Amino acid sequence: MQLAVWTYEGPPHIGAMRIATAMEGVHYVLHAPQGDTYADLLFTMIERRSKRPPVTYTTFQAQDLGGDTANLFRQAVLDAYERFRPQALLVGSSCTAELIQDDPGGLAKTLGLPIPVVPLELPAYQRKENWGASETFYQLVRACAGPHVPAPGTRRARGSAPRCNILGPTALGFRHRDDVPEVERLLETLGIEVNVIAPMGATPADLARLGDADFNVVLYPEVAGQAASWLKRSFGQNFTTIVPIGVGATKDFVAEVAQLAGVPAATANGTLRLPWYSRSVDSTYLTNKRVFIFGDATHAIAAARVASQELGFQVVGLGSYSREFGREIRAAAATHGVEPLITDDYLEVEQQIATLQPELVLGTQMERHVAKRLGIPCAVISAPVHVQDFPARHSPQMGIEGANVLFDTWVHPLMMGLEEHLLGMFREDFEFNDGAQPSHLGHGAPSQLGKEAAPAAQPLPAPAAVTPHAAAGDPSAAVIGTLVVAWGADAEKELKKIPFFVRGKARRNTERFAQERGIGTITLETLYDAKAHYSR
Amino acid sequence: MSAAAALPAVPVSGCGDAPVLRERGQREVFCGLTGIVWLHRKIQDAFFLVVGSRTCAHLLQSAAGVMIFAEPRFATAIIDERDLAGLADCNDELDRVVTRLIERRPDIKLLFLVGSCPSEVIKLDLSRAAQRLSRRFSPGVRVLNYSGSGIETTFTQGEDACLAALVPEMPAEPGTARSLLVVGALAEVVEDQFLRLFAALGVGPVRFLPSRRASELPPIGPGTRYILAQPFLNDTARALEARCATRIAAPFPLGVEGTTAWLTAAAQVWGTPAARIAEAIAPAATRARAALGRIRERLDGKSIFFFPDSQLEIPIARFLSRELGMKLAEVGTPYLQKHHLAEELAMLPAGTMLSEGQDVERQLDRCRAAKPDIAVCGLGLANPLEAEGMTTKWSIELVFTPIQGFDQAADLAELFARPLVRRAKLMV
Repeated sequence: MQLAVWTYEGPPHIGAMRIATAMEGVHYVLHAPQGDTYADLLFTMIERRSKRPPVTYTTFQAQDLGGDTANLFRQAVLDAYERFRPQALLVGSSCTAELIQDDPGGLAKTLGLPIPVVPLELPAYQRKENWGASETFYQLVRACAGPHVPAPGTRRARGSAPRCNILGPTALGFRHRDDVPEVERLLETLGIEVNVIAPMGATPADLARLGDADFNVVLYPEVAGQAASWLKRSFGQNFTTIVPIGVGATKDFVAEVAQLAGVPAATANGTLRLPWYSRSVDSTYLTNKRVFIFGDATHAIAAARVASQELGFQVVGLGSYSREFGREIRAAAATHGVEPLITDDYLEVEQQIATLQPELVLGTQMERHVAKRLGIPCAVISAPVHVQDFPARHSPQMGIEGANVLFDTWVHPLMMGLEEHLLGMFREDFEFNDGAQPSHLGHGAPSQLGKEAAPAAQPLPAPAAVTPHAAAGDPSAAVIGTLVVAWGADAEKELKKIPFFVRGKARRNTERFAQERGIGTITLETLYDAKAHYSR
Repeated sequence: MSAAAALPAVPVSGCGDAPVLRERGQREVFCGLTGIVWLHRKIQDAFFLVVGSRTCAHLLQSAAGVMIFAEPRFATAIIDERDLAGLADCNDELDRVVTRLIERRPDIKLLFLVGSCPSEVIKLDLSRAAQRLSRRFSPGVRVLNYSGSGIETTFTQGEDACLAALVPEMPAEPGTARSLLVVGALAEVVEDQFLRLFAALGVGPVRFLPSRRASELPPIGPGTRYILAQPFLNDTARALEARCATRIAAPFPLGVEGTTAWLTAAAQVWGTPAARIAEAIAPAATRARAALGRIRERLDGKSIFFFPDSQLEIPIARFLSRELGMKLAEVGTPYLQKHHLAEELAMLPAGTMLSEGQDVERQLDRCRAAKPDIAVCGLGLANPLEAEGMTTKWSIELVFTPIQGFDQAADLAELFARPLVRRAKLMV
């Protein structure tokens, strides 16, 4: 058993729902107890969909748990087919139905429906949401495109213009809606036709045509990697390996696509603004800002590259909850010279953020809350996300406009350059101090005052004995070894004069400095000795 | 409208023996685990540990929205394949998880082990686990158990199961002195209003279940008279009666009429004279009627359709039809407890279409055919129905908002008026 308050991913059948909901003409019959329909509101509320997800739940109750749950399932399949007349049917179990061991695939097969019925084996006690989405998409692609696989040795006929499929966008995908048109624009510039976009907006009949393309563009490897590998084996279609998030990655993606299509690389950079914004002098203050990055593997790795090469931040931490992509995360962390963090336990992530004291956190909805608690600016780069991250405006992460969006989104939570500078100059100013919010964040945001507790005068309990949240709550809780460091009143006062966005780091460094030298009370001298020692 | 405006003439009422449409099929409802979302805010020193799957954890975080980050006092012990394959003993694993939790959260005084569908299906005996862990952690921490599984409970029935588990823990009241126990989680502002009204009515001492702290559970004995503040407390009522408490029958305290009857029922048990009852209730009731009068203009004659959700549907339908002039197209409830709802059913307009249980597709067909002015439904249905041109009110808010008592009557009416006002306002 694993103790969890927050889970980065839902169970695998949620991933299957994301595929079914993204598509047209697919219906999913899910063997599940009453209550599992909560998942509908992820789609209707968080993504604000105007239609119910195409899912029928058997919603069995205790009184059904005799021998007739199998019958209940059969009836649900028949009713769903009658009512919705889908082109293809997905059938499977949620976590509880997996335990009662009815066989949805076998039961549905006996009904002899005149459409493809795709049974899903989604082990709910081992796997999670993205795996479920990937497996579901793969099974659907196999079921629909499988009958069209050419005999081995067949040579691909080339049409007049190169053609590709775009694979991976789903329902409940972070910015998937807006990423797709950005990628279509890049392909259009290259003169490449789009054959099928799937799963988003595709029908089972569209999946049957996947083989007509020359190659595949994989936008989200977490969802489409497995299907793309099968398409490569079956139809000889190569697929892209670079995800076009950021200016450099977009350029590399275009080069990769051009090579796959056999055309010269070309990009219409007319509206690309990130490079100039990043070079303009107000951005100088962004140099080497310490950033911590966490999310799904695709977005976290892409964000690290943008952060370091395109905004000039320093990546101090990189991690992901996508265990299936551990190798990729480790490789990326190595290029940035940081320890990779591969975990689905948010307490570990919180601990890491508290220890590193970054100046900016890029993460999921969960890191947004952790950063809020620690008083660190934060921007969201990856699912899971809340309703505000399914915005009304065009807001891609990929391609040319995606790069512009990234610049605005990541810089917004930080101070404006000049403002930060003034804070250093006039830190005792009566109106312009730590208690004052960045002007662009308005007056509703919480004050920075009182964020720092008084220095600890006695040792705090060891981490094992603190509450999960308090573990990260008190920045003065640094007990290194056995010596407890106290802060002299003068030094404490002086610390308050250091701008709050680097104060946590200064406090930690000074305490460590004192510890290492056996200094029991930090004085003004200690503070400045430490500052000199750590100055870069 | 003047404050003295009397209630409108009501059509012939009484649904006591009316036929009820009972349906089975796909049910678009929450499971009882959802009760944790408000119960953990109510009982301030309790922690709720769900023993379940990743789905349970996912449901809780979806339902809790942003609350999950404000020092939540709930979590899920996620069962994994090792537990199912018998590689790890579920009870040992549970003990390990609970020990770690209690070490981390020394502030926990009461721990609920909450059963889920997976734990019920694999027959994990959480009641024995609770006893075992109670022995281990006494006297610091009590460990109790109830089931919030979807196969056994619907939405608010989770609160029923939780309170029923608390009843055996209530201390015995010595002697036969009379006391009033108000049962069902209420917002603190509502509790305080009721306390003031009961004091004016000469009713007391008054206690609440759940209490704000698990360590201060109200005593119970043969002198205890209990009155339900919520309609979904079937098992809790049974457990209270097993401890010799006596129920005061009343409609539920929603709207002026419901609140008046509810308070009066208690006051009569205490022998308060009618004149004193009228005097104690008058100021708040008059104020509430005036506030309702202003909203009535917007709701009078409008039709409303209830999808099943919380068992609050029948009392709310009674309030909307009698005090605001709404027409009831269909009143669906997940579970119809006729005994506790007898007074409510008697007050419904005759011929009201009642349904218990659900086949969601068929019910949607009925709703579309009825073309109600407003449909009360869950968040899975609300936006899709709005997109079809229907005005909706999402039902969960009725559980999370203070709606009981005189001073919340207008707030309750406003919840239904607002979507209609909004639809009229929007010009794009």
